Amino acid sequence: MDIDYVSNLTRIELTPGEKEKFQGQLGDVLKYFEKLQEVDVEGVEPTAHAFPRFNVWDEDEHKEGLPSEKALMNAPKSRNEQVVVPKVVE
Amino acid sequence: MDSNSLISKTATELSGKLTDGTCKAEEIAQAYLEQIDRVDGKVHAFLHRDDEDFLAQARASDERRAKGETLGPLDGIPVCLKDVISVEGQPLTAASKILQDYVSPYDATVTRKLKEAGAVIGGRLNLDEFAMGSSTENSAYGPTRNPWDLERVPGGSSGGSSAAVAAREAPLTLGSDTGGSIRQPASLCGVVGMKPTYGMVSRYGLAAFASSLDQIGPFSQTVEDAALLLETISGHDPLDSTSYPTEVPSYSQILKENAQPCALGLPKEFFGEGMDDEVRVAIDKAIEFYKGKGYEIVDVSLPTTDLSVPVYYVIATAEASSNLARYDGIRYTTRSERAENAVDVYAKSRGEGFGEEVKRRCILGAYGLSSGYYDAYYLRAQKTRTLIRQDFERAFEKVDAILTPTSPTPAFKFGEKSENPISMYLSDIYTISTNLAGLPGLSVPCGFTQSGLPIGLQLIGKAFDEGNLLCVAHDYDREHQFGCQAPTLED
Repeated sequence: MDIDYVSNLTRIELTPGEKEKFQGQLGDVLKYFEKLQEVDVEGVEPTAHAFPRFNVWDEDEHKEGLPSEKALMNAPKSRNEQVVVPKVVE
Repeated sequence: MDSNSLISKTATELSGKLTDGTCKAEEIAQAYLEQIDRVDGKVHAFLHRDDEDFLAQARASDERRAKGETLGPLDGIPVCLKDVISVEGQPLTAASKILQDYVSPYDATVTRKLKEAGAVIGGRLNLDEFAMGSSTENSAYGPTRNPWDLERVPGGSSGGSSAAVAAREAPLTLGSDTGGSIRQPASLCGVVGMKPTYGMVSRYGLAAFASSLDQIGPFSQTVEDAALLLETISGHDPLDSTSYPTEVPSYSQILKENAQPCALGLPKEFFGEGMDDEVRVAIDKAIEFYKGKGYEIVDVSLPTTDLSVPVYYVIATAEASSNLARYDGIRYTTRSERAENAVDVYAKSRGEGFGEEVKRRCILGAYGLSSGYYDAYYLRAQKTRTLIRQDFERAFEKVDAILTPTSPTPAFKFGEKSENPISMYLSDIYTISTNLAGLPGLSVPCGFTQSGLPIGLQLIGKAFDEGNLLCVAHDYDREHQFGCQAPTLED
């Protein structure tokens, strides 16, 4: 496993110590997963949910959501009813 | 009545005492707070307490009762929740540093249902960070200890929920079960723990780990109490699109009717190597008990059993890597002070805020979903999941419930498995396939080892057949009541 590539995909910064440790541990886990490659799954439908439910409809009507002060109460930084983030566009 | 005798009671017994007026909800709440003060320094089941709020709820219950406006059998009964279930105005950390300052802005559906039933909602219970683990050692706030042996783990991830009931710090608690996280800690702590059928209990307001597997469920001393709590929290919820539109019967009522003995299946793959000898002896005794009661014991086969752990870890980590993307340092988590641009906010906040196991699982999950590996891992695991489900469907053509041990071993020691992810993952080998198939399962205490560690019996039922499953478990439990034995926690 290319640990730098995958940790970047998940947006998790790892310390050099973690990278080394995870490299070994995840290598073992992937080896353990190899038995999946031996299963005959030809023609088998995948299961995403044990009891699939499709088209769960709701009435198209106005409902009160969380008031903005509640939605923002856990934001690390907010101003004027908005979350403040570092500059994204140059 | 002294507080010691109150905390030894089951929820059903406490409910009876409130009804006949021999005690008040406030006395019950006070007795539990005293017990928490006495033992939680050793057990560490609780991450947070709000004693004022707890007592205020109890007094409100007493006032309702005085006016004849009692809301039901749980009115005045304490229920404590795993710290992944939202209670408005209370913290929710998921035992993670990344949520150390988070306060829930709304109630989970199960919380709303408990409040409507008059339950007195208590402190926040410890777990493995984001419910990832089998020992509660992955909590960012320190592990919970097994009340039966403080050198050993309580199981996990709902280790705070199981230990709190075992240590008599709460009569009822809720946990969540993604691969065994209710049943395995229940087994290791000697209490009843139940994972309902997928879709029975709303997941709205539960901090998600793996959404196609997660279910909330009860912990208690007895099966009778589990039935009472389950019927209170179950039912369809429009706020959870995976919640199933099915009628919830009164399980407490069903337990009172005398059930007919039925057919119990023993999956031969579960009884192979890896099972501790003392666990095997206890399970054999339980099987003999059921035979004596007139149950038919049938050999069944679940040939895909050895695939359930790899299938589970591919699917659960994939779902987790996606679900935990929300903890991004932007909207409701701690933000890294080193972050200078947008990607930094994500990567540094998550790097600092998540513990090791959570990082490991997010990375593993992202790998299984990534370009070039999706077919070999995620899709293949989903297809194998279908085979696992079909195994159970075939077995349930012959039997009404399946009987297995809950965990291959009794409680293990701290550090014994924490540096070896695969050995930790294998401690859930008997519980994981139930989640993959979406079926209900519960763990009932079925004895102790020579050294006094609890052993659990697992019963797995047909989908949405909780009534029958509880009856089978109750048949055993009412004659044994191992969950009513309490550990000695010296002052």
